[in-house]
Amino acid sequence: MARLTVNGSSKSIDVAPDTSLLSALRDVLNLTGTKYGCGIAQCGACTVLVNGDAVQACQAYVGDLGDAEITTIEGLSGPIGDALKAAWLTHDATECGHCQPGQIMRAAALLAETPDPDDAAIRTAMNGNLCRCGTYGRIHAAIRTAATSLSDPAKG
Amino acid sequence: MMGTGAGLTLGLVLPGSEPAAAADGDNTTDAGSADLAPNAFVRLARDGRVTVICKHLEMGQGVYTGLCALVAEELDAPWDSVHPAPAPADAALYNNLYWGPLQGTGASTSLANAFEQMRRAGAVARAMLVRAAAEAWDVPPDEIETTDGRLRHAAGDRSAGYGEMAAAAAALPVPDPDTVPLKDPATFRLIGRVDLHRPDAAAKIDGSALYASDIRLPGMLVARIRRPPRFGATVKSVNTEAALAVPGVKAVTPLPAGAGLAVVAEMPWQTARALAVLAVEWDDSATVTTGTDAILERYREQAKTPGTVVRNQGDAAAALTKPDSVAIEATYDVPYQAHAPMETPSAVAHLTDSGIEIWTASQTPTTDVLAVAEAARVDPARVTLHPTFAGGSFGLRARPDGGCARDVAAIARALAEQGIGAPVQLVWTREDEIRGGWYRPMALHTVSGAVDANGRPTAWRHRVVCQSILKGTVFEGPLMGDGIDPTCVEGVADLPYAVPNMYLDLHMPETGVPVLWWRAGGHSHTAFATESFVDELAHAAGTDPLALRLDLLRDAHPDMLNVLLLVADKAGWAAPLAPGRGRGLAVHRSRGTSVAQVAEVTVKDSTIVVDRVVCAVHCGLPVNPSVIRAQVEGAIVFGLSAALRGRITMDDTGAVEQSNFHNFEVLRMAAVPDIEVHILPSTAAPTGIGEPALPPVAPAVANAVFAATGTRLRSLPLRLKG
Repeated sequence: MARLTVNGSSKSIDVAPDTSLLSALRDVLNLTGTKYGCGIAQCGACTVLVNGDAVQACQAYVGDLGDAEITTIEGLSGPIGDALKAAWLTHDATECGHCQPGQIMRAAALLAETPDPDDAAIRTAMNGNLCRCGTYGRIHAAIRTAATSLSDPAKG
Repeated sequence: MMGTGAGLTLGLVLPGSEPAAAADGDNTTDAGSADLAPNAFVRLARDGRVTVICKHLEMGQGVYTGLCALVAEELDAPWDSVHPAPAPADAALYNNLYWGPLQGTGASTSLANAFEQMRRAGAVARAMLVRAAAEAWDVPPDEIETTDGRLRHAAGDRSAGYGEMAAAAAALPVPDPDTVPLKDPATFRLIGRVDLHRPDAAAKIDGSALYASDIRLPGMLVARIRRPPRFGATVKSVNTEAALAVPGVKAVTPLPAGAGLAVVAEMPWQTARALAVLAVEWDDSATVTTGTDAILERYREQAKTPGTVVRNQGDAAAALTKPDSVAIEATYDVPYQAHAPMETPSAVAHLTDSGIEIWTASQTPTTDVLAVAEAARVDPARVTLHPTFAGGSFGLRARPDGGCARDVAAIARALAEQGIGAPVQLVWTREDEIRGGWYRPMALHTVSGAVDANGRPTAWRHRVVCQSILKGTVFEGPLMGDGIDPTCVEGVADLPYAVPNMYLDLHMPETGVPVLWWRAGGHSHTAFATESFVDELAHAAGTDPLALRLDLLRDAHPDMLNVLLLVADKAGWAAPLAPGRGRGLAVHRSRGTSVAQVAEVTVKDSTIVVDRVVCAVHCGLPVNPSVIRAQVEGAIVFGLSAALRGRITMDDTGAVEQSNFHNFEVLRMAAVPDIEVHILPSTAAPTGIGEPALPPVAPAVANAVFAATGTRLRSLPLRLKG
């Protein structure tokens, strides 16, 4: 048995410690908003927050997580989450959508750490998240819009 | 994918696809409590909610937005009342009108084939609501106006919401969709609107959108596969003892058509443990044991001999040897390409006594249902397909053999024979996808041309060496009647340049590597050759590449000239650039759509950086401008991945050398150029948009590299030697 704190609640799950966080979320807890894309931390589709940091869940293991607070797309809330989701809609940043939960979680970690990221900071932060539909330009614009609305809600 | 031009009918006869006797649409989809269901596409509920049943797969290309807009426009329904739902597999009700009796999504045909059909579906519903209101209020129908989901009789001051009138409308006879009046396009309020947001976006943003890999059914088992190490290898023997001893493992079973073996367990990590100890001996007697270098060398040899003639005007051979002409020759090659959609192929099957249910994202439900039926050994009429969102596809979910859906059906059948009736889910790993074949074919183009003393091109002789996608599939008969696979030569067979002596022939070698349509089909490689070569001709003639194209396109579709002129203007074609920088042009017409692009590159220390791509596109009436822009941006990014990064190669033993995104590289955000999209206004019927912006990217960049460095790159991905 292992314990995970996911989206604010403590879960007891019957898995081995070397089970990936991605599998624990998707296959045990049915939190399927976090996606599998590569399994080797190359695509970012499985990005979640662990104590606020963006982590690729395919390369994180249940036994290493202890009491860490894990946030998935299903539990993303608060001003940053709301601003990002609204900006994603405004810019029609989704196409197939399969990478987007990971993109949004990565962007949430970025804005928590850097509330007003410049272009270079956005590109650097988001470079680990692949999108085969090619929505990069819209994601970039959505992050700018979200940052602007957070710094001055009247402009959002 | 699917190299079928607009208007081409497959004429395909598929067992089990005979039209249903009563095609009234009631057997469609779970669209909630619909009170008005006038046809296969529109449902109106008592609360005013409109469900649009979408016959095309939403794989990111925005087809739900387009189909919903067409219905909502003619229905006069407010945008936020309209909700898409996927159509079930039913080739009689939901066929692609360009593909005869086949339900399918591809070749950028969705909006084009459904444009009038969906408008008429909405107009029929509106006409019934108007008539119901006219009868209820005892007024003439033509005195009733409709706006934003409401009916109004201005003179009598009566009004009602659509939902209130739905039941009464449902009791009326359904008018003939072919004669119901359609709106004057000048009065469109949703079609063409730039701020119409995607109806599928919210679920994709909060993580609730379901893909086949997200399906969770009670008691569901999971399957993972062991692929043959080389294409064509089959299972000689297998020792399953250790694998079956892994806790949770239920079965090890062979897959159809040499696709390898599947391990079935309760949880994915159990399949991984079992696969690690699964001992398989492979039969290599029919295995592909050549590398891609050797295959390409064979193509080069084959290109020295004449192929099957596809096109022959004038006398290209004679024109090439005229004494006062300058003749040039160039050979271009493109590698195998994986699709690498973010969601790997996945499917769920549940086989019971009453039939088989399949959850998957299918570009070709009609053929997938047949493949599933065969693999599960059930009647095709007992196959129920539950369509899910596709996490990208780019042609991959249109395998003529049924692909992942077929395999999961075979697994379900094997389980049933062991007395296991649980549903089972098959998800490919990324390694399965990158190494598993079904690639865009490798291709070689040898092109010769001549320009006369006045700098005018007089000859174009073109030879294509490219594996056939259609050969050996259900599509061979209807689409390869003349022995020529159109997916090998589309884009050059119809090359619009006014060169008086034009010759094209084709070799279709067999390699044993499974190949498939990939975004833009054959255009993805033919345009690289044609648009690079026309640039080479311009330089041979001492002419500006824009001026030469404008001259050669005088007899072509006027859209091609218009996009060229617009892109040259927006990109500042003639403006000087700093040393080490270059600008390249390409124009191409595919799926009825004309696209021109100017790429600007910087070359430093042999590294190619694409700074900017300016694109002009003519795709008929722009139904959803935001979706069009997104498709153009996406096709450019996808095309740049192939132009600059990814390729599939096989080593000398025939083993695929790439396995995942670390060595099959695709474009990341930091490498994305500034992209500008300019849409030409038009009132013509809409044409394709998902693919046509891809083909010009690679040649535009290659031409820009030449402008920057004087080095002509003729292989993809583009690499400058350090």
